[in-house]
Amino acid sequence: MSNTTSTTSEIGEFEQDDVSPETHKRGRMVQAVFWVVLLGFLAVAPFFLYPVFVMQLLCFALFAAAFNLLIGFTGLLSFGHAAFFGGAAYVAGHVLKVWGFPPILGIIAGTLAAAAMGWVVGSLAIRRQGIYFAMITLALAQIVYFFALQMPFTGGEDGLQGIPRGNLLGIFNLSDPITMYYFVAAVFIVGFLAIYRIVHSPFGQVLQAIRENEPRALSLGYNVDRFKLLAFVLSAGLAGLAGSTKALVFQFASLTDAHWQMSGEVILMTLLGGMGTIFGPVVGAFIVVTLQHFLSGIGSWVQVVIGGTFIACVLLFRRGIVGEIARLLRISSL
Amino acid sequence: MDPMIRLILAQGMLGLNNGVFYAMLSLGLAVIFGLLNVVNFAHGALYMLGAFLALIMYSYVGQWIGMADLHIGFWPALILAPILVACFGMLIERFLLRRLYKLDPIYSLLLTFGITLVLQGLFINFFNASGTPYPGMPESMKGVTNLGFMMFPKYRLFVIVFSIVVCFVTWFVIERTRIGARLRAGTENPELVKAFGINVPLMVMLTFGFGTGLAGLAGVLAAPIYSVSPLMGANLIIVIFAVVVIGGMGSIAGAVITGFSLGLIEGVTKVFYAPAANTVIFLLMVIVLLVRPSGLFGRQG
Repeated sequence: MSNTTSTTSEIGEFEQDDVSPETHKRGRMVQAVFWVVLLGFLAVAPFFLYPVFVMQLLCFALFAAAFNLLIGFTGLLSFGHAAFFGGAAYVAGHVLKVWGFPPILGIIAGTLAAAAMGWVVGSLAIRRQGIYFAMITLALAQIVYFFALQMPFTGGEDGLQGIPRGNLLGIFNLSDPITMYYFVAAVFIVGFLAIYRIVHSPFGQVLQAIRENEPRALSLGYNVDRFKLLAFVLSAGLAGLAGSTKALVFQFASLTDAHWQMSGEVILMTLLGGMGTIFGPVVGAFIVVTLQHFLSGIGSWVQVVIGGTFIACVLLFRRGIVGEIARLLRISSL
Repeated sequence: MDPMIRLILAQGMLGLNNGVFYAMLSLGLAVIFGLLNVVNFAHGALYMLGAFLALIMYSYVGQWIGMADLHIGFWPALILAPILVACFGMLIERFLLRRLYKLDPIYSLLLTFGITLVLQGLFINFFNASGTPYPGMPESMKGVTNLGFMMFPKYRLFVIVFSIVVCFVTWFVIERTRIGARLRAGTENPELVKAFGINVPLMVMLTFGFGTGLAGLAGVLAAPIYSVSPLMGANLIIVIFAVVVIGGMGSIAGAVITGFSLGLIEGVTKVFYAPAANTVIFLLMVIVLLVRPSGLFGRQG
C-alpha cells in the first residue's frame, strides 16, 4: 500500500513564488474588480433575471463557497455535504411550518442544526485521512438521507411542502419576490463575507498550512484535529445556512437536496470554479445551475453533461476557471 | 424448530445473498486500491453495466443483428459480460486514470465519480430509471431447494457458492502464486519491481481490468435476482464504501469476510427492526471508527 496516509496535497495549488509589491497591487485590483462585479450583479440582477432563479444561484453559490472552506482551504474532501444542505432545509422547514417561527429564526435553526450535524460527522471522519475521509462522509450522509426518507416529519418521498415565507422582522412581507430577493442577497453577502473573513484570519492561515503539509503543521504544535473539526463545523453550518435559505425561497425541502448526487454537484461547482479561490465556487455554482436550468429540457442527458464536465475538469483544468485566471494574471489569491 | 430461529436463519440466508455482492465488490475495490491507490467510485456503475450487458445480450442483440429468436443466455453472459466490462475498465485506466497517478488520489475518485454520472445518465436515457427484470434465468436454476429450515431458491444458492469460489480463487492467486507475488511487490514498491523487468504499467492496467471485471461478474449474478436498473450500482457503492471503511482496504481476505458478514448482519437486523436494515452497516461503520479507526483488518497507524 503506497502512501495511503500521505497528506501532501495538490488541492488548491497556487504559485506563490512571485509576491512582489507589484503583484500584490495587481492582485488587490483584480480582487476589487471581482467584488464590484459581484455586488453590482447582486444589486441589479432581479430586474433582468427571474428573481427565483437568481436566488437559487445565490443559495448554491453560498453552498459551494462553504464547501470550498473544506476542500479548498483545508484540503479535506467531504462527499457528504448534501446532508448539511438538505438536513438544514428540513429543520428550517419544520421550524417555520410546524412551529410557526419567523423566517430569521428558521434560518438560524437550520444553520445551527447543520453545524451540530457537522460536529458529529466531522469528529468521526477526521479519524481517517485522505480518501477514507471522503468515503466516511459519504456513508454518514447516507444515514441522514435514509433518516429524511423514513422519518414522519420529513414527508418521505414528497418532501416538506408549503413552508411559509412569513414576514421579516414583522415588517417586510417575504411573499413579495423582490423583497425576498434582497433578503436572500443579504444572507448570501453575510455568509460570503464570513467565509472571506475566516480564510484571511490567522485561523484560516493555519487551515491552509494543514492543507499544504499536515505533519509540519502538527510538528509546529498546532492541534490539527481541532482545527480540522472547527473547519468542518463552520463549513457544515454555512452549507446549512444556504440550505435553510433555499427552503425558504422554494418553500419546500426535498430529498434531492440531501441526496449524494447533490454532494457531487457541489464538488463540481467548486472544482469548476476553482478550489481554494474565494470567487471560484460562486462562478462554478452560477455556471452549473445555469447549465442545469437551460438543459432541463433534455432530461437525464443533464447527468451525462455534468459527468462529462467532471471528467474534463479533473483531466484538463484542475485549477478551475478562477484559478486559471489567477494563474494567467500571476496573482496569488482571488 | 422454533419459528424465531427459523426466521433468523431465513433472513440470514437472504442477507448472505446480499453479502455476496458486498464481498465481490469490496474485493475488487481492494485489489484496485492495493496496486493503484485509486478508489474506484465507478465500481457500482460497472456492476450495473455488467447486469445491463447480460440483459442486452438476452433481449436486444438478436434483434440488432436481425435474428429476433437469438437470445444469448445466462451462461455465455456470465463469461462475456465480465470480459467486456474488464475491457471497458482497462480503457478507462489506460486513457483517463493513468494521467492522474502523480496527483492526490482524490482526483481519481472525482474522475471515477464523473464516469459514474455519465454511465448512469446514458442508461437512464436508453432504458429509463425504473428497471427491467432479467428474463434469461436458465431453466436448470429455476425452482427451490429445501434447506431444512426454509425453501431457498436454487439460483440464489448457486450465487452464494459460486461467489465464494470466485473470492477464494482471487485470494489464492494474489496471496499464493507467482503472479500474485509480483502484484503484491508492485503494491509495496513499484520502482523496484520495474527494475526487475516487470512491465508495471501493463500490470496496473490488467489489475484494474480484473477488479472491474469482478464488478461486472457481480452485476451478471445480480441480474436474475434484482431488477436491472441504471441506479442499482449507485445505491450499492455507498454501502460498499462503508464495508471498505469497516474492513480496511489492506487485506483481500478481510474485504471478503467483512462483505459476507455485513450482509448477514443486515439480513438478521431485518428480523428485529426492519427500518434499521438500511442503516445498520453505516452505524457499524461509526462504531468501528470510534473503536478501531483503521478498520478491522487495516494496518494501524
